[in-house]
Amino acid sequence: MTWLDYAVIVLLFTGVFFYAAGSLGLVRFPDASSRLHALTKADNVGLGLVALATALHWGSPAIAAKIFAVWLFAIMAAGMTAQLLARTAKDDDEARDPP
Amino acid sequence: MTAAFDILLCVMILGTAGAALFLRDPLAAIVFLIVLGNLLGLAWLTLDAVNVALAEIAIGAGVTGVLLILARARLVALGDNVVCEPMPLWARLGAIALCAGFTAVLSCVVLSITPDSGLTARIEALMPRIGIENPVTGVLLAFRAYDTLLETFVLLGALVAVWSLGPDTAWPHPPAALRIFDPGLRSVAGAFGRVLLPMALVMAAYLVWAGSDLPGGAFQAGTVFAGGLLLAAIGGAIGLPRADSPALRLVLVLGPLVFLMIGLAGAVLGRFLLFPDGTAKMLIVTIEYALAASIAVTLALLVAGSPATPDKQD
Repeated sequence: MTWLDYAVIVLLFTGVFFYAAGSLGLVRFPDASSRLHALTKADNVGLGLVALATALHWGSPAIAAKIFAVWLFAIMAAGMTAQLLARTAKDDDEARDPP
Repeated sequence: MTAAFDILLCVMILGTAGAALFLRDPLAAIVFLIVLGNLLGLAWLTLDAVNVALAEIAIGAGVTGVLLILARARLVALGDNVVCEPMPLWARLGAIALCAGFTAVLSCVVLSITPDSGLTARIEALMPRIGIENPVTGVLLAFRAYDTLLETFVLLGALVAVWSLGPDTAWPHPPAALRIFDPGLRSVAGAFGRVLLPMALVMAAYLVWAGSDLPGGAFQAGTVFAGGLLLAAIGGAIGLPRADSPALRLVLVLGPLVFLMIGLAGAVLGRFLLFPDGTAKMLIVTIEYALAASIAVTLALLVAGSPATPDKQD
């Protein structure tokens, strides 16, 4: 095993740890805002680390560029859906008990 | 390691399928069905069936999931509180018997095709004549082209059926159900849709082109572009067309029409859907681009729903 293989393993495990933390937050946190807080932050770090590990594992610039594009689309979609969910949740809360 | 992954994947597939079947909350069941579609895509990927994996994730999980969620939302909006009633015992046993029988028949058919049945060799012998590298595209658009041709007619028929569900006063106004009315939400979704739509177009064009030699093809590309169209429509970046727009109708029939014309030209030369030697790749790519455009617009309009009465719109 070269240092690259070790780096891939470390990145993968760290990424999976962040995913697990985000999922735990989704299950355990009480309301929509804090759940989104856990998912958007932890899962995006997890995704970045896993994408980096995959790119390093394949070791080809063309594949790395494709993985970069996948990562970019995924975080764009995640950012957009998080905004939509958060605004909808806020509107629902205010409709239930007006400030 | 691979065996462990396969077993874990199988357990997850069965678990999500069970959850989708037995959960009483319809929305939760739909979410599990979407997860099931993605896991099945992963399973196809481990079998090296990348074409099937793409189609399963894009159509089986993506489009079907959106259709089910929207169908539920519309039923709720109509005052139908969608609940799953407990099924009587005879219906459960009947469903189990039917599904088990179907699975048994399907397994027998699939297992009867052994790797040495000679199909692979026959396809490989025929592939050089059509000048493309992807055997799946070869089967779909050359050796079994009439299947694909009929599929595109089914898709068009489904859209006609969805359109016919709209009230008389709504015809031929554009569908309205997808628009977001909250201005804050709409600006976020609109900005995303404007960025994504051109990228979806590039991605779809690439998938069709790559489909000749690598996994990809008209259905996968059409679904990607349909997704872009829908996201742009949700945020108001593009408007949905009226059902009687001539341009829309041209795009809808373009794929099946081009396919049929090329098929009939083959009939004049000897056999329906015959591609003369040397022109096969050009004809297949032409059909695939036309099909992808039609599939994208048809799928997007299937999700958007039937025409809506204008006063319900913003």
